Amino acid sequence: MTDVTLPREEKAPEPVVTDAETAHATRAERITGLIQNQGGLGVLILVALGATIFSSGFATSANVKAILVGNAYTSLLALGMTFVIISGGIDLSVGSVFALGGVLAAWGVNHGGTPVAIFLPLIVCAVWGLVQGLLIARAGLAPFIVTLAGLLGARGLLQAISNEGTTTYLVPAHSFFLHLGDGTWIPVFTAVVLFVLGVVLLQRTRFGQQLFALGGNENAATLMGLPVLRTKTLVYVLSATVAGGAGMLNASRLQSGVTNIGVGYELTAIAAVVIGGTLLTGGAGSVIGTAAGVLLLAIIQNLIGVHLSKYGSSASDAVNGGFLAVVVILQTYLSRVQRTQ
Amino acid sequence: MTDVAVAPMVRVQDSRKDRILQFLQDYGVYLAIVILVAVDTALASDFLSVDNLRVQLFQVVPVLLVALGMALVIGTEGIDLSVGAVIALASAFIPLYLGYGASVTILICLVAGAVSGTLAGSMVAVGRVQPIVATLSLMIGLRGVAVILNGASAKPVNNSFLDGLGLDSILGVPKMAWIALIIVLIVAFLVMRTTFGRQLVAIGDNRAASQLAGLPVRRVLITVYVISGVLAALAGVMIVGHGAEADPANYGLNYELSAITAVVVGGTPLNGGKVKVVGTVAGALLMQLISATLVQHNIANSYAQMVEAVIICAAVYAARGRGSR
Amino acid sequence: MDTVLSATGLMKSFPGVRALHGIDFELRPGEVHALVGENGAGKSTLIKVMTGVYQPDAGEIRYRGEPVQFATPLLAQEAGISTIYQEINLVPLMSVARNLFLNREPRRFGLIDSARMKREARQILRQFGVDVDVARPLRSLGLGAQQMVAIARAVQIDARVVIMDEPTSSLEQREVETLFRVIRQLKEAGIAIIYVSHRMGELYEVCDRVTVMRDGAVVAVEELKNLQRLQLVSLMLGRDLSEVGQRGATAFAEGERDGGGDTVLKAEGLTSRHELSDVSLQIRQGEVVGLGGLLGSGRSETAKAIIGALPLQGGHVEIDGKPVRKRSTAAAIRAGAVMLPEDRKTEGIVPNLSVRENIVLAALPRISRAGLVTRAKQDEIVEYFMKRLQIKASSPDQRVADLSGGNQQKVLLARWLCLQPKVLLLDEPTRGIDVGAKAQVQELINELARDGLGVLLISSELDELLEGSDRLVVLREGHVIGELRGEQVNESELMNALAAGSDAAVEENVREEQGSRK
Repeated sequence: MTDVTLPREEKAPEPVVTDAETAHATRAERITGLIQNQGGLGVLILVALGATIFSSGFATSANVKAILVGNAYTSLLALGMTFVIISGGIDLSVGSVFALGGVLAAWGVNHGGTPVAIFLPLIVCAVWGLVQGLLIARAGLAPFIVTLAGLLGARGLLQAISNEGTTTYLVPAHSFFLHLGDGTWIPVFTAVVLFVLGVVLLQRTRFGQQLFALGGNENAATLMGLPVLRTKTLVYVLSATVAGGAGMLNASRLQSGVTNIGVGYELTAIAAVVIGGTLLTGGAGSVIGTAAGVLLLAIIQNLIGVHLSKYGSSASDAVNGGFLAVVVILQTYLSRVQRTQ
Repeated sequence: MTDVAVAPMVRVQDSRKDRILQFLQDYGVYLAIVILVAVDTALASDFLSVDNLRVQLFQVVPVLLVALGMALVIGTEGIDLSVGAVIALASAFIPLYLGYGASVTILICLVAGAVSGTLAGSMVAVGRVQPIVATLSLMIGLRGVAVILNGASAKPVNNSFLDGLGLDSILGVPKMAWIALIIVLIVAFLVMRTTFGRQLVAIGDNRAASQLAGLPVRRVLITVYVISGVLAALAGVMIVGHGAEADPANYGLNYELSAITAVVVGGTPLNGGKVKVVGTVAGALLMQLISATLVQHNIANSYAQMVEAVIICAAVYAARGRGSR
Repeated sequence: MDTVLSATGLMKSFPGVRALHGIDFELRPGEVHALVGENGAGKSTLIKVMTGVYQPDAGEIRYRGEPVQFATPLLAQEAGISTIYQEINLVPLMSVARNLFLNREPRRFGLIDSARMKREARQILRQFGVDVDVARPLRSLGLGAQQMVAIARAVQIDARVVIMDEPTSSLEQREVETLFRVIRQLKEAGIAIIYVSHRMGELYEVCDRVTVMRDGAVVAVEELKNLQRLQLVSLMLGRDLSEVGQRGATAFAEGERDGGGDTVLKAEGLTSRHELSDVSLQIRQGEVVGLGGLLGSGRSETAKAIIGALPLQGGHVEIDGKPVRKRSTAAAIRAGAVMLPEDRKTEGIVPNLSVRENIVLAALPRISRAGLVTRAKQDEIVEYFMKRLQIKASSPDQRVADLSGGNQQKVLLARWLCLQPKVLLLDEPTRGIDVGAKAQVQELINELARDGLGVLLISSELDELLEGSDRLVVLREGHVIGELRGEQVNESELMNALAAGSDAAVEENVREEQGSRK
C-alpha cells in the first residue's frame, strides 16, 4: 500500500479499468461470445451454401417458397419459446396448444365466422398460458412438469372438442378467414412481422430486460425490485398466446383444424431456440438467433425430405436431437470457460 | 453475508394440518387405491374378475418399469425425460435383429438403453449439464433415430418368445408381471440394502456432504441413468411383445409424464433424498386404475388426459407444500 | 441532520438463538462507519434488520429523522438504503449498461433508448474510474469493476446510505485503491457508508468510526483515530472477563499431551486463486495444531485444500509420509485425512437419513461385502460410537435432522472416527452446541491426540483455540504470518500477531521468514 495522497478529483478520475487492460479477457470473451451468439447463423449460412451447391433443386424458387411457407407459422412456436427460455423456464406445451388453436379456429369459423375464429383461440390459449404461468410463478411448481402436464391437458381438450379427434372442422370455402393463410407471402410476411415485433419486445422494452434479468439471476432481479412473479406469469401467457395464434393461422393455411398436428413441435422449437444461440439455462439469447435456428432446421428437414425421404420427418428429429445435445454441451463448456476469466 | 451462528435445530411443533398432509403424502396413494377399487367394484361387478385384472396388469407393467428407473433418478435430484424415446428406440431395434434370435435382440435393446443412460449420466455428472436439458436432447434425438431405423410405419413382429413374453401368463398372472415383480424386489433391495443404494439416497439428500464424505458421486449418478435407460428398454421390449408390432413413432409417447406422475404420487419427493419403491408401484397402479375407471365409464380419452394432467399438478403441488426437510 | 440512520434497542431472536440483544447504532451523513465482529457477533443480522430483510422483535429504527420500518428490502432500497453484497447482485450475462439501468431504462416513445442508455452509462462509470465498452457483459469485467457498477447503480438510485459487505475480499490492490477513491467521493457527497470488514489496514485507512459487535451486543463505538489496533483486536476477540481468565476455561486444560511423534501431515505451498497464498504447515502424531486468524484469513480454506475440496493452483499434501497425488476428497480420505466441516447443516449431515446411516456414510465401501451393506458390522460401529461419544438419540434410526446440534456434531465426528484416520481436521467443532456437549467434544479431541492422531483445530473461540493447541499457526488474508509454540500460545501473543503492522509489513515479514527458512 503506497503512501501517496490521492489528488482531489474534479470531474472524472483517472480510469482504473479500461477495455485495453482487460483486453485478454475481452478477446476470449469475444470469441466465445461469437460462437455462442452467431454460431447458429454461421452454420445456417454454411448449410444453405452447401445445399445450393450440392443439392440440385434446392435453390429453386419453388423449393424456397415451400420451405418458407411450410415453416412460417410453426416458426412462431420458436419465437414464443425464445422468451420463455431466456426467462429461465421452458414450455413443453406449445405443440399441443398450437393444435388446440387450430381446432378452436376451425370450430370457431363455423360457429360465428372469422372474428370468432381469430379471437377464440387467442383468448383460450392465453388463459391456458395464464394457468400454467400462475402454477409456475405463484405455486412454485417446476416449469417442465407444469408444461408437460399442459401438453397432455391441451391435447385432451382439443380432442374433447373434436369428438376424440375424429372430427376435423373444415373452413368454409368462401370464408374471409382463409385469407390469413393464403398463398406464400401472407404467411411469410406475417411471420417476419411477428419476429420483428419480437425483437423489439425483447431488446427495447422493459419487459424484455426483465426476462433477461429473471433468467440471468433471479435473486438479483428480486433484490433490484423487478416484478419477478408478474414477469414469470406473463411470459407463459405470451408463449401460449403466440402458440395458439400460430395454430389459428395455420388452420387458415390448411383450411381445417387438424387434430393430430403438433406432436413433438415443442421439441423442434426448443432445438431451434438453443441452436440459435439462446442459453437453455436462461439469461441470454436473441430472436434473430432463433430465426436462424428455425431456418437451419427447416433447411435440414427439406434436404432430408428430398434425399432421405423414406425416413420422413424422424430423421430430422434425430438430427435435431443430436444438434441439441452438441450445442447444449458446447454452451455448458463455453459458459464455464467464460466464468473462469 | 456471514450468517448468524447455526441455531440448534428445533423441531417446530407439527400442526394438525401438517400431520394430515404428511399422512396423505405417505399413505394417500394406498388410500386412493382402496377407495377406487371399492368404487369400481361397486359400479361394475366384474371389475375384480381375473380377466379384467389381467388386462390391467398388462397395461401397467411397462409404465411401472419405467417409473422404477425414474424413481431412482429422481432420488438423486435428477430427472430422465428420455425414457419414452428409449422405448421407441428399443422397439426399433427389435425387427432389425430378430433374425439372430430373441435373446440376442433383447440384449441389444438393453444395451441400447444402457448406452443412452450412459450418455445422459455423463452429461449430467461430468458435463454438469442440467438433467432436464441433458435428457431432453436425448428425448428429441433418440426417437428420430428409432424411426430412421424402423421406418415411420409399424412393423409386425412375429416371434414366439416375444409373444410369450408379451401375452402369456403363468398361474393366471402375466409373465410380464412376474418379471416386473422380480425387478421391483431387486430395486427395493438395491435401494435399501446395497452400498450403491444408500449412497444414491445420500447424494440426493445432500450432495455437498456426500462429496465431502468421499462418496463416488459421479459413478453413482451415471449408473442411475443407465438403470433408467435399461428399464425403459425392457419396457419397450415388453410393449412390442404385447402388441406384436414395432411402432417407434408412437410407442412410449408421454411415458415420461406417466412415470413421473407415478413416482410423485407414490410419495418420492422430486428434490431427492428418498426413494419409495413400494410407493412407486402403488402410484403406477393408481394411475392405471384411474384410467381404467375412466374407460369403464366411457369417459373419453381426451378427458382422461386432462384428468391425468390435473393429477400430476396436484400431486406435485401437495408434495411441495410439505417439504421433506 | 446529525444522524442519517440510527437504531435503538434493537432485539431480534430466532428459534433457539438470540441474535441481537438491544443494539444501539448510529450513522452520520458523510461518514464511513466500520462494523466489525466475528462470526455470530450479529453484524449481518443487524444489517438485515435495518434493511428490511428481517423485522425486529423490538426497538426502533430511524432514518433521516423519521421512525421507519421497512417491510421488504425493496422498500429500504427505494428509501435510499442500498446494500452492496459480496456476491455481486447484478445480472452477469447482461451488459454493463443494462445492469446499471435495469428497471429504470431511459425511454423514447415507450421503447428503450439504447443509445442514450449507453452514453449515460459510460459517463456515469467514468466517474467511478471505469472506462469500458458498456455493451460488454458485466461478467467480463473484473470483480472490482463489477462492484463499481453495483455502487454506481446504488448511487444512481439516490442512495443516502450504502452498506458494503466485505467489499474488498476479492479485489486486487489497484481495484481496492479505486474503491477507496470512490468511497471518498461518496463521503464528500454526503452519503454515509457502513463498511463491514475485518481487514484492519483498510479500516484504519478509510473509516472514521467503528462499532464493534460481539455475541449480539455492541461492545464499543469509537473513533478509529483514537483506537489502537491492539485494542481493536482485543475488542473483536475479547470475551466476558467474568466467565474466564484463568486456565481451565475449557475441557482442554485437563489433559496433558506429549505432542510429538512422526509427521503425519505435511502441506506445502498451498495456493488457490483467491483464498490461499503459499500456505504451509505440518502436524505430528499426537499434536494439536491450531489455525488462528480473523474471519476470512483462510483457515477453513486451508482445511478444505488439505482434504481435496478446494481447487488449488499450487502446492501439495503428504499424509503419513505419502504424497496425495489425486486432488479429490476420496483420495485424501483414503490416505487417512478427514475433515469436520464448518457448516454441518449444508456440508455435514445428510438430514433425512438416520443417525446410523450418517455415521457409516463414509465407511460404507469398507464395511460392505460385495456391495451389500452388512448390518451386523454397521450395528457394531454405530453402537460403539454412540456409547463412546454419548450421542443422545431415541434410537440409531432416528432422523439426524431431529437431533440437537451437539449430537449432530458427534454423529459427524463418529463418521470420521470410524475410518480410523491419521489426521483429523476440525473446523469449528464446538460451534452452536451446548456447554455440556462442548466439553465432551473438547475432551474427546484431547483423547484422540493422546491416542496418536494429528489434529488441526480451527476455532473462533479463543479459549478453545489457545488451550487446545500445542502449536498455533497464524493466518492473515491467506498468508501464514507466524507460528506460536509452547509458552507463546497465549492470548497476547496471538493478538500481537494479528494486529501486527500494515499489510506491507506483513508481506515483508513473510518474505523474511521464507528467506530465512531456506
